Amino acid sequence: MSAQARRGSVRRQVRIGCPPEQVWAAIGDPARIAEWFPGIESATVDGSVRVITTGSGLPIPEEILTNDAVQRRFQYRITAPMFQEHLSTLDVLDLEDGTSLVVYAADAVPATLALVIAGAAGNALLHLRTMLEAGEGGRP
Amino acid sequence: MSRRKILFVTTDQQRYDTLGCNGGVVARTPVIDGLAASGIRYERAVPQSVVCMPSRSTILTGQHPTTHGVWMNGVPLPVDAPSVAEVLHEAGYRTALIGKAHFEPYFDPFMRFTENALAASGPVPPAGTHRGFEHLEFATHGAMGPQHYARWLGREHPEAAGMYYSVVDHDLQVNAAGGGDTGAPQVHVNPIPREWYHTDWVADRAISWLDSLDADDDWFCWVSFPDPHHPWDPPQSEVGRVDWRDVPLPAGYLSSAEEREAVLDAKPRHWRLWYDGQLVSNYEAPAAWVPATMTDSQVREVNARNAVECELIDEALGRVLAAVAARGWSDDVDVIFTTDHGEFQGDYGLLFKGPYHVDSLMRLPLVWRPAPSAVGSGAGAAGAGAGGGGAVVSSPVGLVQLAATFCSIAGVEPLPWMQGSVLPSADDDGLAPERVLTEWDSELFGVDVHLRTVTRDRWVCTAYLPGTVHDGSEGELYDLVDDPLQRVNRWDDPSCRSLRDDLLDDLWSSQPERHIPRIDVQAPV
Repeated sequence: MSAQARRGSVRRQVRIGCPPEQVWAAIGDPARIAEWFPGIESATVDGSVRVITTGSGLPIPEEILTNDAVQRRFQYRITAPMFQEHLSTLDVLDLEDGTSLVVYAADAVPATLALVIAGAAGNALLHLRTMLEAGEGGRP
Repeated sequence: MSRRKILFVTTDQQRYDTLGCNGGVVARTPVIDGLAASGIRYERAVPQSVVCMPSRSTILTGQHPTTHGVWMNGVPLPVDAPSVAEVLHEAGYRTALIGKAHFEPYFDPFMRFTENALAASGPVPPAGTHRGFEHLEFATHGAMGPQHYARWLGREHPEAAGMYYSVVDHDLQVNAAGGGDTGAPQVHVNPIPREWYHTDWVADRAISWLDSLDADDDWFCWVSFPDPHHPWDPPQSEVGRVDWRDVPLPAGYLSSAEEREAVLDAKPRHWRLWYDGQLVSNYEAPAAWVPATMTDSQVREVNARNAVECELIDEALGRVLAAVAARGWSDDVDVIFTTDHGEFQGDYGLLFKGPYHVDSLMRLPLVWRPAPSAVGSGAGAAGAGAGGGGAVVSSPVGLVQLAATFCSIAGVEPLPWMQGSVLPSADDDGLAPERVLTEWDSELFGVDVHLRTVTRDRWVCTAYLPGTVHDGSEGELYDLVDDPLQRVNRWDDPSCRSLRDDLLDDLWSSQPERHIPRIDVQAPV
């Protein structure tokens, strides 16, 4: 990155001791994000539009771009004005040993927001792992 | 019989030479100078990190960053991390933290971090304590965010909220915009009345909490002033105290660009790359500001405004001490004054901070005025060796020692997880540590920098681990006595090879236990 780069790209990942179908059941349902993402209090979904409300009471509108149950890939972009550009991608990868690798990548302009979003998402993945490995939240 | 009370006062990003007692000639600091005259002044207090969150976490936990896990700004200190405040609270002390905490990130739109959430719930944590503190009122460098001070200002003086400098720009980067008379970055004319400024607010809230205590309470009060950290936007009514045109250029600043650049070129590459605006490795300085563009006048104005902020802190501390005296506690209170890390303030042609382990950032003000009632009370009383006052400790000490020192003052056995020993009261009392360690790790948008430093035997030796612009062979070695401004890097000096190797052996064999698992960066700061 040059000293002046404005775009940020940040990735977080976690291995979860559950099969990918179980992980995808939580991630692939966009209305369930508040169950596994600390700091998101609620989410409403209307077609391809999701609006989350954060713990600070801030509503953040999002556009769902991909919800592919075959690849187990979920993509969305935040459409709030403070984001000049944004794309977040969640992939659930089958490690073929009964476990899954969940990868969250955030790309954003301004760069700082990529770190803010992916930083929170990384913590959420850890929370998701705890939930699922405890047998919570993985309803198909 | 009540125990010694503890008034712990920190500032943010304050250089050693900003105090009169340390030879400073710009700011007038009679209150702190007075504490030093009647206590112990440390000439080489070294932080374990030169940025806020890791350093503050070290103060609270008594552990090195590698161990407590806050390895750079933006990494939150786990809520269940060890805390000396918790030790003191469990020992019966009343505990408060008033001012800047910053154990958790500020950038928090999800409101995930307890510090930010606490500001909405008032000064008393719903759980009774947070990190051992029963009373918390937070402030930072202005009126942004959910901190108690920002909420107070927005509620009581909403017209003032926009008077402060905006610390981030429209791209949420550290703001490079300049102001004042010289256009220096992060200098700003702030019309806020002094009594609304955060320095006085912190003192006011500390006095209010102290006044709420019973006379025989034992207490530990951490008063944490956000200044003199940038932005340099003290109340404009006070700026006339120091005319920047009269401020001498710092000894560490070379007016000649040629000489300045020669010094930088003898250091590892990231020094010069940052100076030329070609590399930003961290979020602690404005990415859009190029240090090579800084003028002599800008250095003077930054130093002038910094001095004003230091004077306001000194006066605010004077008010807190007067409140302590009014309660009749003066003889039973230990006062410790320090900061979390330093500031370039013009040295080497730089401002702000970053992965640079030199005195600008690593030599800190530290003053301990032991409770007068304890002085002369015999062996085992921490600080009692200060005798009649005015003691000077020149041996290196570390902020990591503060937790054990607080315990010792309180008559509580330091806990095994504390990695520092009690601060010495004199060079010859056998308590000075053999070495002091400092570390830096940062990873930001594809740029990583990793430093490990040991300070001992008049030398400071920094090894660079492999990173974006370093291959692991680079380093810095300075003789602190013969080269007090650290201009001559002797890392590759053949005559110092044996010494360097000894210091490196000591550095690597003394590395603290690593926090597992590694905690991810969760926000820029």
